[in-house]
Amino acid sequence: MLLPKIITKVQDKFPSVTLDTTQFAGEDIIHIQGSYNLDVLKLFRDNGFNFLADITAIDNLTLGGFERFAVVYHLLSHETAERVTIKAYVPEDQPELPSAESLWKTADWQEREIYDLFGISFKGHPNLIRIMNPDDFQGHPLRKDYPRLGRKERDDFPVVKRGINKEAAQ
Amino acid sequence: MQPDDIKSNILTTTLESAVNWGRKHSLWPMPFGTACCGIEFMAVLAARTDIARFGAEAIRFSPRQSDLLIVAGRISIKMMPVLIRIYEQMPEPKWVIAMGACASTGGVFDTYSVIQGVDKFIPVDVYVPGCPPRPEGVVEGLIKLQKLVETEKFSDYSTTRGK
Ligand code: SF4
Repeated sequence: MLLPKIITKVQDKFPSVTLDTTQFAGEDIIHIQGSYNLDVLKLFRDNGFNFLADITAIDNLTLGGFERFAVVYHLLSHETAERVTIKAYVPEDQPELPSAESLWKTADWQEREIYDLFGISFKGHPNLIRIMNPDDFQGHPLRKDYPRLGRKERDDFPVVKRGINKEAAQ
Repeated sequence: MQPDDIKSNILTTTLESAVNWGRKHSLWPMPFGTACCGIEFMAVLAARTDIARFGAEAIRFSPRQSDLLIVAGRISIKMMPVLIRIYEQMPEPKWVIAMGACASTGGVFDTYSVIQGVDKFIPVDVYVPGCPPRPEGVVEGLIKLQKLVETEKFSDYSTTRGK
C-alpha cells in the first residue's frame, strides 16, 4: 500500500495546498489548489504512481465546490495497482494552471481536450489548440452555462443544390 | 440478314430512357460512413444482401468517380464542410441517400455539434429510416432511387449550377 504514506507526505509537504482528502467508491480523492498541481503530481509520480490514466475536468457551476472548475487527474501505480484521483481547483476568473505535459507526454491531447471543451488553459503546454471542435469555433461547450443546442453553429453552412432544376423534374 | 432477324434485333427507344436505364443499373456509390451506420453499410455490400445485384457494387472512395453519395452516420459541424465539399466534387448527375436516423434528422443527437439532417444543406433523394437501417432497408432505398433515376429528364439539367 503506497497510498496512505504518500497522502501524509503530501499533507506534510504542502499543508496549505491540500484542501481536503475524501473517499469515493473506495478510492482516495485529494483536493488541491490548481496552481500547485505540478508539485503534487510530481510527488506522486516519483513515489510509484507512474501512470497518468486520464485527465478530465468538472464544471462546478451547479454542484458547488472549492472553485468553479476542477481539473481531475487519475493516477495509477503499475507496481501495486492502486489508483488515486487528484482534483486541482481553478477559479472562474483565471482558468489557468500549469501543464502536466512535462511529467507525462500523454497529457498533451487530454489537456487540449479540456482547453477545447472547458476553456481552461495550461501554462507551458507545447501546442494548446482546439482538438475536437473546428478551429474557428467560439465558446467552450462543456461549460454548464453553454446552451445544449449551441449558438446556431449547426445551422451555419451554405446550402448547395444540384445542377438540375428539381422543381421541374417532379 | 433476313428481314425477320432485323425485327428481332432492333429496339427503338429514346436516348433519354436508354441512358437512364444505363445509369440506374450502374450507380457507383461513394460511402460517407461516419458512425455505426457505416459499419452496417459494410453488411449491405457483403454476400447476404450484396448490392452488386443492383449494379451498385463499385464502391468508389473518390467522389470524382461516383454518382451516388451514401451518407451513413451522424455529421458533426466539423464534418459538414467536408461533406459539402465531397458533394460538390461529384460530377453530375448525382444522387444522395441519407442512411439512418442520424443522417436524415440528427437522430437522438440533438446537440450543438450534430447537423440535424444533412438535407438542410445538401439535397437528399432517398431517406432510409432506422438506427441503423437493416441492409434490406438500404436495398429498398436503392431500388427507390433507381426508380427516381429512371424519371430524370435531360431537359431539366440547367446549365448554371444550383438554379
Ligand atoms: S442512425 Fe443509429 S446506427 Fe446510424 S449512425 Fe445514427 S446512431 Fe448510429
